[in-house]
Amino acid sequence: MLELVIISTLNGVLYGMLLFLMASGLTLIFSMMGVLNFAHASFYMLGAFFGYQISKFTGFWVGLVVAPVVVGGIGALVERYGLRNVHRHGHVPELLFTFGLAYVIEEVVQMVWGKLPVDYRVPGALDFPAFTVFGTNYPAYKLFMLAISVAIFIALLVALTRTRVGLIIQAALTHPNMVAMLGHDVPKVFMLVFGVGTGLAAVAGVIAGPALVTQANMAGLLGPILFVVVVVGGLGSLTGAFAASLLIGLVQTFAISLDVSVASVLQSLGIDAAPSGGVLGDLWNVTIAQIGPIIPYLLLVLVLIARPTGLLGNREA
Amino acid sequence: MVKTLARITAAGLVALAASTALAAPMSLKIAFVDPLSGGGASTGEAGLKTFQFMADQLNAKNTDLKLEVTGYDNKLNPQESLVQLQKAIDSGARIVVQGNGSSVGAALIDFVGKYNDRNPGKEILYLNYAAVDPALTNAKCNYWHFRFDANSDIKMAALTNYIKGKPEIKKVYLINQDYSHGQAVRAAARAMLKEKRPDIQIVGDEVAPLQKVNDFSPYIAKIKASGADTVITGNWAQDMALLLKAAGDAGLQANFYTYYGGGSGGPTAIKQANLPDRVFQISEGYANIDYKPAHDFEAAFRAKTGQEITYARIVNLMNVLSKATLTAKSTDPKAIAKAMDAIHNDTLYGKDSFIRPDDHQIFQPIYISRFGPVDTAKVMDSENTGWGWTGAGEIAAQDTLLPTTCKMDRPS
Repeated sequence: MLELVIISTLNGVLYGMLLFLMASGLTLIFSMMGVLNFAHASFYMLGAFFGYQISKFTGFWVGLVVAPVVVGGIGALVERYGLRNVHRHGHVPELLFTFGLAYVIEEVVQMVWGKLPVDYRVPGALDFPAFTVFGTNYPAYKLFMLAISVAIFIALLVALTRTRVGLIIQAALTHPNMVAMLGHDVPKVFMLVFGVGTGLAAVAGVIAGPALVTQANMAGLLGPILFVVVVVGGLGSLTGAFAASLLIGLVQTFAISLDVSVASVLQSLGIDAAPSGGVLGDLWNVTIAQIGPIIPYLLLVLVLIARPTGLLGNREA
Repeated sequence: MVKTLARITAAGLVALAASTALAAPMSLKIAFVDPLSGGGASTGEAGLKTFQFMADQLNAKNTDLKLEVTGYDNKLNPQESLVQLQKAIDSGARIVVQGNGSSVGAALIDFVGKYNDRNPGKEILYLNYAAVDPALTNAKCNYWHFRFDANSDIKMAALTNYIKGKPEIKKVYLINQDYSHGQAVRAAARAMLKEKRPDIQIVGDEVAPLQKVNDFSPYIAKIKASGADTVITGNWAQDMALLLKAAGDAGLQANFYTYYGGGSGGPTAIKQANLPDRVFQISEGYANIDYKPAHDFEAAFRAKTGQEITYARIVNLMNVLSKATLTAKSTDPKAIAKAMDAIHNDTLYGKDSFIRPDDHQIFQPIYISRFGPVDTAKVMDSENTGWGWTGAGEIAAQDTLLPTTCKMDRPS
């Protein structure tokens, strides 16, 4: 039992941090800027492919630095020449714009790199088991992911709450006219935030690419769970997103290790009332492990009903 | 005089027409209905390329039969498949080939059955190259449907026959995707292991949502805790790759018996996970079977298409189709189906295969191969990994004959 708890906790924390790594850029754009960026996962994918391409020539570490800068630049250009024009028409055109952009990016990636997964490897320097718990290895690369996640969290938190730029960003979100009156270039601030947000997505891509599968449909596979993290954590709250990532990582991991169903619980209480067939029988016998990966979405629905601001948010979704 | 001249001319024309009819090759349009966009696109494209390569090969070989394959994108959706099939029929296709997704397969069987009842004389034929739900040749079987892939029960029968001779396998863990295919694999594994190796302990029986899991570490932790020495899985694409990567990361010491370890992207994932000689595949063939013509064919295929043969069954399907059409001397699907009903044909690997008339399921030798480092100077690797598939076992077609419940309505 202890073994199960320790291993599940470790796996949960590692997965949660991977989620935060991927969601951090989205938090910045979606919850700080208020732009629902459907193309976020596409920038993440671009990051992974750029990282892969660069790593083929110069190694992983150069890719880790260069790819996010390039993708962030593309993001800033997209904001400057695309999003800014549709921004004044409100949220729906914005949403449609990023929706279309996601398809464009996916097609371009398919044209350049093809539809098959590419062989993007963990760098040799991190390709060893860092430690072993109860006979299970934990690769150094996963710890590296965890460290980067925590570093990004702290850096963003400090930048947003302790620096002048952060103050202006927060003010520009709620009172753009006032901030402009005070002499700040609000559109430029938005461009910067969007660029940094997409750059962070690319960091996640470069790092998650070797750990997951780098292929042209990776954006579509990842998309939904990130919105869950941001909404459950609460709009406008970085700490919320961090907590939600951990929560979802842990809940999902523990759920998978529980082979418990309604029928088995009742049976252990000495009640043998399970219907054997039909829809009811299925519901009765489905284990928590089986529904584990669906739990975050259930959580999303419940949070929106019971607490529309999310765990730590201050705005309604 | 005029009359005679007219007669001679007419006779001449008839003769000319007859001679051109003899000279002009029969032409057969084949509609390929499978995903060519979205998540299934890579698989669909690999299939289409194999079909087109085969059409080119056969057209060069037989000048009196021209095969033409056209791709129709069904977006992996049963409803869209029927729309696309109708489009294909309207442009003259009478043969439809499909493989991805048994749900699509079931919809096509249903459509083709009804269409042929309503349009006698204009029948269409459905040749299935990869939809492996056993129901398609049992409860849902139809005279107009032929399956060229071993269904999932047949593959499991082959695998369990192989496991019978492996006493070192003691604890088995089943992990599958939560939909019809995964459920079929797990049910068959349970039933057949119980029958053939009652001493084997099934220490876990897991289903995970289809293509939704990003991190398989918790599942690997469970497998490890269960003490399993063998994992059997029907997972494919990302679910296969991530499962293996998580296993490699955690250092799980178990063997994986897979249905689709050799699918596109599979070899890359196995190499990345660094699991040498631990991943096995149950299939109708692999690149390094010791048979020269197959080697030459594979080499030609790689040179032309830039990919490897992941669908030996498509090669078999096209050979059977061509043989049946030439035997029937007609491109009428009714005549082709009749010629195909109990046809025997050599597979790509030079072994006999045959269609069983009772359910139109093909039977052929099934191979168990294992993936690991190979000497690329001597044998072929996969996806440029330097690792390749080598033989671990072969199960004769006779040992994979499973009974069928099919009660087929045959056209008179």
